[in-house]
Amino acid sequence: MSVVTLTINDKLVSAQADKSLLRAIKDQGIEIPTLCHLEGLSERGGCRLCMVEMQGSPRLLASCVTPVQEGMVITTHSERLTNYRRMIVELLLAERNHICCGCVMNGNCELQSVAAKLGVDHVRYDYLCPDLPMDASHERYVLDHNRCILCSRCNRVCDEVEGAHTLDTAGRGIDSRVITGMNQPWGTSRSCTGCGKCVQVCPTGALFKKGATASEMVKQHDFLLWILDGRDKKIWRWS
Amino acid sequence: MNRTELYALAQSELDRQQKFRCRLLCCASTPCISSGGLAVQEALKKAIETDGLQAEVEAVATGCMGPCSRGPLVTVKMEGKEDVIYENVTPEIAEKIVDKHVRKLSAPELEGRALPSDWPFFVKQKKIVLADSGTIDPEKLDSYIARGGYTALIHALREMSPEEVCEEIVRSGIRGRGGAGYPTGLKWHMVRKAPGERKFVVANGDEGDPGAYMDRTLMESDPHRVLEGMAIAGYAVGADQGYIYVRGEYPLAAKRLERAIKAAERKGMLGMRVMESNFNFRIDIRMGAGAFVCGEETALMASIMGRRGQPVPRPPYPANKGLWGFPTLINNVETFGNIAAIIGQGADWYASHGTEKSKGAKIFALAGKVVNTGLIEVPIGITLREIVYDIGGGIPGGRPFKAAQTGGPSGGCIPAEYLDTPIDYETLQKLGSIMGSGGLIVMDDQSCMPDVAKFFMEFCMDESCGKCSPCRAGTVQMHRMLDKITKGLATMDDLARLEELCLMVKETSLCGLGQTAPNPIYSTLRYFRDEYEAHIKEHHCPAGVCQMAAKP
Repeated sequence: MSVVTLTINDKLVSAQADKSLLRAIKDQGIEIPTLCHLEGLSERGGCRLCMVEMQGSPRLLASCVTPVQEGMVITTHSERLTNYRRMIVELLLAERNHICCGCVMNGNCELQSVAAKLGVDHVRYDYLCPDLPMDASHERYVLDHNRCILCSRCNRVCDEVEGAHTLDTAGRGIDSRVITGMNQPWGTSRSCTGCGKCVQVCPTGALFKKGATASEMVKQHDFLLWILDGRDKKIWRWS
Repeated sequence: MNRTELYALAQSELDRQQKFRCRLLCCASTPCISSGGLAVQEALKKAIETDGLQAEVEAVATGCMGPCSRGPLVTVKMEGKEDVIYENVTPEIAEKIVDKHVRKLSAPELEGRALPSDWPFFVKQKKIVLADSGTIDPEKLDSYIARGGYTALIHALREMSPEEVCEEIVRSGIRGRGGAGYPTGLKWHMVRKAPGERKFVVANGDEGDPGAYMDRTLMESDPHRVLEGMAIAGYAVGADQGYIYVRGEYPLAAKRLERAIKAAERKGMLGMRVMESNFNFRIDIRMGAGAFVCGEETALMASIMGRRGQPVPRPPYPANKGLWGFPTLINNVETFGNIAAIIGQGADWYASHGTEKSKGAKIFALAGKVVNTGLIEVPIGITLREIVYDIGGGIPGGRPFKAAQTGGPSGGCIPAEYLDTPIDYETLQKLGSIMGSGGLIVMDDQSCMPDVAKFFMEFCMDESCGKCSPCRAGTVQMHRMLDKITKGLATMDDLARLEELCLMVKETSLCGLGQTAPNPIYSTLRYFRDEYEAHIKEHHCPAGVCQMAAKP
């Protein structure tokens, strides 16, 4: 495979010609925020966080969908780029109900960590606070639209890796929603294999395993009586 | 079909038409139909039948004649006499038209209903694409052939190599009529040279700008012209399959195109061995399902392939990797409408119209606050003043002209001080607007510019596909800020935040929809910033349009 030479942040680097610009940037150990990109899935170019500046181009480039080219001069971090990235994250946070303290992914969420790394400490836009449902009809998993950022990783993994294409996107613009099985409750989907790949690739708390949320813990206070009755009265309740 | 047969067919149709002493042409495109054109047509036919004059008089359904706001329109063609066009025709008036021109009775009711032949609306236009619209029956192939149809295709197939065809298009200087203005000939060359087992030609008829209906009219009024252009393109780039992507809201256009394709296939102008040559070319129709973004070429191709109509990042460009990964030529239907004229009458003839850098004529849908609204085709380089005041007949009530909006939600406004600048791709861009697909909305002093910007932003917000976050969430926030401004609830900080957001959405969005969505805000801010400030600082709408909310 041929190799090209390009400049990233004033440093001359070489990269394989079939690689994406994002790969080349990451190979240099440069940290660049991404949300829709996931190694192993096709690139989408949707979140627009990996945009970089290229000398001689009036337009910014989404590095995940830009192939490396000989002689490119790339800047990955600038005041303009950081500001845009911050604005995009703020737009995402304002779009749905991203309330970390009540979220199963609090502390492990990619949106949360990208926001923290970009220094997003407040949101300058109106919170849209949409009234969105959850789908808990599946035996093992839950789809919570409130946390979804429409990165489509779940769509892609279901289609490209599992080959089931249970998940898709319906509606458009701000009304876009991840749907399951032709927009039917997830639990009734016949194509879903229950593999859980979608849950694993989801960057936020939009897809999660049942039993993991804050309110799902059930305690059995009457266990004490079972023991004591057994011990004292020799009455064993097995049911 | 070969050339001799084609000429014979044209001659026999001309002979047939000349047998009639009077031909009554009744517009049957959507605007006239919606104002009662079909009833008029029926009335004309009935009157002819009652008198038993079927052999002498003919009533024909045609395509658009232009001044749509005055429809239904009827043109009377008499042997050796100048054509007369009647406006606002009702079935009763239709009867009177027959009285006057066929029965030779007096019909005082027709006084003042005939449009003068030296009317500036007609005189200032240069019809290339719409040359036959309004004179031919769009549902009859013979009618198109009688006007010289398909001779350009046969000329290209017989006398020109594919490379020469592309070169002719380059020399004509025509630029893409979809809005961006990319040189058509270069695109053809690119697709011709691109390696690929198969190639495709796609006509983009997914017109979606508010108030624009150029493509619909062309497809409804002269479908064969589009097909002929596509077939020539197919020959030039080496494609054997074409698709016309018709907007879902245009069932009449799709119906007429479908009939046209069937008729052309039956006569050997499309399909296998086109015009008895070795060139095969099929055309199929694909209907949209109501998404504006499908007018964007990559989204359109996704839709044709049966996928969700969302754009994908370019490169690779469709010219290299388009439908199913094969090189694909995508042009607007209006661009294809020009091709037969360029090949038939020569690139030099075509290039003699227009300006240095923008050749030919452009169709505009003239709408808004003008006396004559309708569909016009004007040479590129005409001034806005000529369009508004001569063709459009000025602003109703003599009110002052405030601005003209071109390019729909991706475009901008041209204020009164630029009324005399020539309209071409470069000038409009310099003024902060775009040529666009041809929507032209005239506004008088009763239009509020922040409100106009809000209208277009609402449109973009509704039509954003939702794939990239800046466009999906950004348009919503921009719309909210504009809403606040028009209600008098915004602060100057909000305005600064709006401008910052506009720049971000413009620079980071994935496709043209998002990248150009802030344009209406930019251009209104550029020329009418004082109006924004009046809303914010003075809590007052200068145009008297916006309802101010109570002060918080």
